[in-house]
Amino acid sequence: MAGALINVPKEIRRGEPFEIKTLVRHPMETGYRRGASGEEIPRDIVNRFTCAYNGQEIFSADLFPAIAANPFISFFTVATESGELVFTWTDDAGKAQTETVKITVA
Amino acid sequence: MDRHPTRRSLLAAGAALPAAGLLAVAMVRPARAAAPATMEAAVREFVGEAAARQGRVKLEIPPLVENGNSVTLTVSVESPMTVTDHVKAIAVFNEKNPQPNVAVFTLSPRSGKAQVQTRIRLATSQKLVAVAQMSDGSFWQDSADVIVTLAACLED
Repeated sequence: MAGALINVPKEIRRGEPFEIKTLVRHPMETGYRRGASGEEIPRDIVNRFTCAYNGQEIFSADLFPAIAANPFISFFTVATESGELVFTWTDDAGKAQTETVKITVA
Repeated sequence: MDRHPTRRSLLAAGAALPAAGLLAVAMVRPARAAAPATMEAAVREFVGEAAARQGRVKLEIPPLVENGNSVTLTVSVESPMTVTDHVKAIAVFNEKNPQPNVAVFTLSPRSGKAQVQTRIRLATSQKLVAVAQMSDGSFWQDSADVIVTLAACLED
């Protein structure tokens, strides 16, 4: 896993929900496809995504092979204070990727 | 000792092979195309004893998609998202992909707005269902039909 895109609004107002858009590069191999010589390609997907706001988990998702490659997830959270958003994607191989985004709440 | 397979180990392997093959077929077949019944079972597993009522949930997906490899799906739920009344989870299910589950999102009062968006794969034209679990224990659902002209899972 490498390469994540995270988009948060430039202006975030205290007490109001804002949208967080995330995308991570991952093949999301379903495990249902076969390679050129007929062998089954083993499943390898991002099965878990979490987002923590200043250390507290505010959103999570359990994903299945029906999620498209390079999984995109967008969701909302209420702005409480300035700080850090920490995003974690975990795949079938147990590899985890973490991205941190600093936000400033006006 | 294991440099040459013994007659016994060969026989055992020979006997195990067809059995393993049969088992694999039996396990893979139903999974290859989740029938509507499989989706109902998956929804049942999520809602448990409760009944999922129609309403409050809005599942948005294009009615006609050309490419099933990446289809934008949005689920929003009418909820004040307060500590006493909020959406706890949103689950999405499909009828005819190899597996009935698509995703389960966990929300909290801190979400502020009960709306999630993602991109999914669709193996063929089918029905999708989104179910929301509320903090009061009730379940609400919405469904949508999609026609897919180029399916996912076919390209190499």
